[in-house]
Amino acid sequence: MEPMIQVDHLVKRYGEVEAVRDISFAVQKGEIVGFLGPNGAGKSTTMRMLTGYLPLTSGSVRIAGHDVQREPREVKKRIGYMPEVPPLYLDMTVGSFLLFVARIKGVPARERRARVEQVMHQCSIADMEKRSIGKLSKGYRQRVGLAQALINDPDVLILDEPTAGLDPQQIIEIRNLVKSLAGNHTIILSTHILPEVAMTCDRAVIINRGRIVADETIAALAAGRSLEEVFIQLTMQPAAA
Amino acid sequence: MRNVYFIAARELRSIFTSPIGYIVLTFFLLLNGWIFFGLLNRFNFMSFLYMQMQNQQALMQMNLNQMVLAPILQNMTVILVLTVPLITMRLFAEERKMRTDELLMTSPVGIGEIVLGKFAAAFVFLAVMIGLTVLYPGLLFHYGNPELGPVVSGYLGLLLLATCFIAVGLFTSSLTENQIVAAVSCFVVLLMFYLININSISMSGASKDVLDYLSLIGHYEDFVKGVIDTKGLVYYVSFIGAGLVLTGVSLESRKWR
Repeated sequence: MEPMIQVDHLVKRYGEVEAVRDISFAVQKGEIVGFLGPNGAGKSTTMRMLTGYLPLTSGSVRIAGHDVQREPREVKKRIGYMPEVPPLYLDMTVGSFLLFVARIKGVPARERRARVEQVMHQCSIADMEKRSIGKLSKGYRQRVGLAQALINDPDVLILDEPTAGLDPQQIIEIRNLVKSLAGNHTIILSTHILPEVAMTCDRAVIINRGRIVADETIAALAAGRSLEEVFIQLTMQPAAA
Repeated sequence: MRNVYFIAARELRSIFTSPIGYIVLTFFLLLNGWIFFGLLNRFNFMSFLYMQMQNQQALMQMNLNQMVLAPILQNMTVILVLTVPLITMRLFAEERKMRTDELLMTSPVGIGEIVLGKFAAAFVFLAVMIGLTVLYPGLLFHYGNPELGPVVSGYLGLLLLATCFIAVGLFTSSLTENQIVAAVSCFVVLLMFYLININSISMSGASKDVLDYLSLIGHYEDFVKGVIDTKGLVYYVSFIGAGLVLTGVSLESRKWR
């Protein structure tokens, strides 16, 4: 069976700078993969290419069997994406914002209301429905960001640092939420927080200076050592030119 | 096409919940009302004067269309140059600043649909704004008997002209994430097209024709006189089309930077 996410020899160049250099990996249906790396390693750039937001310099990305360059619409129908900064219209209420996202994501009219109710319930923001997003705390905004990514019941969920800037309590809630989504959705989430990967993901893809330096299950990666040691060892290596 | 409606509806709602929409609307109506009042005052004063002087000939020359309606329609264009950039500045610049463009661009929505949606929202707002000024000719029709033709063609021209302004504003807003930069550059471009044929009076031949044709206001004068010229219609429609296409290109190219 074809993997849900198939990335082959992906490259992104900004002028002289190579942000992503020849990355290949695959994610199977139902897997949660952690995309791990220091700041500036190319995590966000890679994720943005998966969503079709950024064009690829070379290589290919296939999501649920569709090529992101040749069939961007088909890909966009099947993904839920939460960027590093949740894309929220601060002047809208939570309910009307989610309804808008449901509309542009192509959720059929008669299912929209139910979908909005469901994602609000999943993300524990049902009692915030009538609140203006601009008045919500960071933790709630993050949840609304996650709710909008879930609204079209996507095959693939792409989460860029979903717990960044949250307090410990909120981090645990988001983690549990992500875990509960596994199985139905294929999830790829980026982070530079190591325990996060160990706790939520099946597998870690470690990336440094635009290259993949490890792609293994959590257990294999940390066999006998702490994940910190592995991470530091892998990311301190001078990138071969 | 449904997506165009979804985007336009959200945008309109945003315009009507933000203070800037109401500030612009108030400013526009206040200024126009004041000018209308001034023009009407002058008309009354002159009528009164000619009556006192028993100058029948001059009284016959008094004409509501020429002395009140044409000038108010002309004045509105100047006020629109000042107000349209304030409406259009946020359209794309704010999306980019707030990073909500990432939502639109990763949804199954085409760039053309986004551009048209934004354009439609600004157009509806402007149509409401201009529509409210129909009160002025309405009053004149109630108390006097001006000619209807030039009013209708004048308003058609005004709407077309204002739509051209929107096309410019949409484009400048797509270039930056700074709303002030978007507004000021829209304003500069509009003024340029407003004044482009100011020196053509001393020119002749092709250069004069070209400058006169390019002037946004030049064609408008025909509409105010009651003439709907296809040349003007074609000019306005292609101007709007060019603005929309450029906006699409600008959004598309942003991905490559």
